[in-house]
Amino acid sequence: MTITAALLLGAFHGLNPAMGWLFAVARGLQERSRDLLLASLPAIAAGHLASVALVAVVVGVTGSLTTATVLSVAGGVVLVGFGLWRLLSKRHFRWVGMRLSLPQLAGWSFLMSSAHGAGLMLVPVFAGLAAEQTPGDGGHAGHAVAGGLGVALWHTLGMFTVAGVVAVLVYEVAGLAILRRAWFNVDRMWAAALVGAGIVTLLRA
Amino acid sequence: MGFMALWTPDPTFYPSPRDAAAAPAERLAYVAAFDRRAERPDAIAVVDTDPASPGYGQVVGWTDLPNKGDELHHFGWNACSSALCPYAPHPHVERRYLVVPGLRSSRIHILDTKDRISPELVKVIEPEELAKRAGYSRPHTVHCGPEGLYVSALGGANGEDGPGGIAILDHQSFEVLGRWEMDRGPQYLSYDFWWHINHDVLVTSEWGTPSMIENGVVGELLLGRKYGHRLHFWDLRRRRHVQEVDLGDQHQMTLELRPAHDPTRTYGFAGVVISVEDLSASVWTWFREDGRWQARKVIEIPAEPADPKDLPDVLKPFGAVPPLVTDIDLSVDDQRLYVSCWGTGELKQYDVSDPFKPVELGSLRIGGIVRGESHPAAGGARLRGGPQMVEVSRDGARVYLTNSLYGAWDDQFYPEGVGAWMAKVDAESFTFDARFLPHGDAFRGLRAHQVRLQGGDASSDSYCYP
Repeated sequence: MTITAALLLGAFHGLNPAMGWLFAVARGLQERSRDLLLASLPAIAAGHLASVALVAVVVGVTGSLTTATVLSVAGGVVLVGFGLWRLLSKRHFRWVGMRLSLPQLAGWSFLMSSAHGAGLMLVPVFAGLAAEQTPGDGGHAGHAVAGGLGVALWHTLGMFTVAGVVAVLVYEVAGLAILRRAWFNVDRMWAAALVGAGIVTLLRA
Repeated sequence: MGFMALWTPDPTFYPSPRDAAAAPAERLAYVAAFDRRAERPDAIAVVDTDPASPGYGQVVGWTDLPNKGDELHHFGWNACSSALCPYAPHPHVERRYLVVPGLRSSRIHILDTKDRISPELVKVIEPEELAKRAGYSRPHTVHCGPEGLYVSALGGANGEDGPGGIAILDHQSFEVLGRWEMDRGPQYLSYDFWWHINHDVLVTSEWGTPSMIENGVVGELLLGRKYGHRLHFWDLRRRRHVQEVDLGDQHQMTLELRPAHDPTRTYGFAGVVISVEDLSASVWTWFREDGRWQARKVIEIPAEPADPKDLPDVLKPFGAVPPLVTDIDLSVDDQRLYVSCWGTGELKQYDVSDPFKPVELGSLRIGGIVRGESHPAAGGARLRGGPQMVEVSRDGARVYLTNSLYGAWDDQFYPEGVGAWMAKVDAESFTFDARFLPHGDAFRGLRAHQVRLQGGDASSDSYCYP
């Protein structure tokens, strides 16, 4: 169940052009090279993974230092706050620069995913993992972190797979004109979903 | 600002120049209009460009600005196709606000165009804010970047004549965020700019500082070769000067910059107003070779001999009319270059499919210092001024012209005034549209400068995908 949720959320991120597949396509088109497109995807996925994993570690470590209730309340408040901010703020991610090395591209992806709150939706999952460990002694914090990182990996696998398929399809078949119709404002949906997940987390705390 | 986010991208954003060429025809054109005497407010005039409309070719909308003496010149949009760029995408904003600088007053006006013919003023950025935050005055060119608005400025501020440079504005709140340059190198003079967005390269050109232009062209400065004659290439990401290319100091005033729209290419065209050696004008192609930026003269347009008695004082000693190439425009498909000869009254059309070997396809005469050529819709009346600002529709089919250069310079080259007119050319047949010539009282005594087409045009949008 946890893995399915992680995969599906990853797939959702993979679909979002802003999360990286579009950058991979642009790099491929610019150099007329599908190889460059394909080489860009792991770097983008690595940045995404780092962003999500950071949240897993923070939640896991915090969980070892506090009670499950406090963790859930804190996580819920962060989710609602961040989601509302994303929903109401007009600011968007700012970056200048197209010509990036693969490590720079991974760095871009990390920043983009973090600004988007990509890892935050998994906070309830991570908090659940941490809660399972807390009845024992503090020595189990490592398990929660390891479990969280596992979830982050599954999440990124879902993201990577979907982003890869979409990128290749757009590059080879569909063409970018499809963006004009099909690029739904998923950021707004995402922000609303974060708020919803935060409320659920708070109610269960 | 009311920024209602959209659920799907603004329909006027196109990923590639190829897609943009399939855009629908513009139905309205926005025209900057200014009062040379500064006795009444400058305005944005709105012209009906829909041939099926009863108001076709007429001024159908009008928005006065709140002050006088702004001298509207160039302007741009709050957002354009660069919003689709992959590294900072935000395609659910609207192309909605015109960003309209006053070149003389240094005020920047924000006008809302949504669901109305006459735009509505929603914000004024005062010169003090531009000076305090960016250290600049005399704002000129506006381009919408993926992460903010870039506005070039001719002058310094706080008592300084220069250097001119680029200010960054937040493209949602329209606050001045600061000075763009981190390291300006030897650059001092400023005018136009644009970029090769996918190569992280920004290009700037040179005219003069406020003291060099605001009271007219200064003969000693021109003959002393003091006006701009360089191109500057910058690292767009690190905001650093990379290289200057000197066209030679006889080539005075490198003004308009038109980089290829195809983001995989790294060439563009720059217009030079006048050579002090023979009064000719020229167009140069810049390009990158072996890691260095270079420029080559690809078009030279000679002066036309004239009887001194037909010439204004500024030209009498020379016995010739310089072409004065004051604007050029490149079609979105990078195939056609239009060159305005404001002195001789000529619009030239070139095939630039090979950017190093332009082939002249056609020439149209209208206005001109000596000829004062008429127009099919003017009933044989002599037209003052010449083709100056030139704008091409996204599909490349229509070309729009207006006839004022810059108040103080209009007065020197056309001492009896330039009046005001706007003409439209069919690009394929290369003929004037006889139904389209808003002129005379249409502009209510104001002079017409830059034209922006509804939904975007050939000099408004940048594309991140080939």
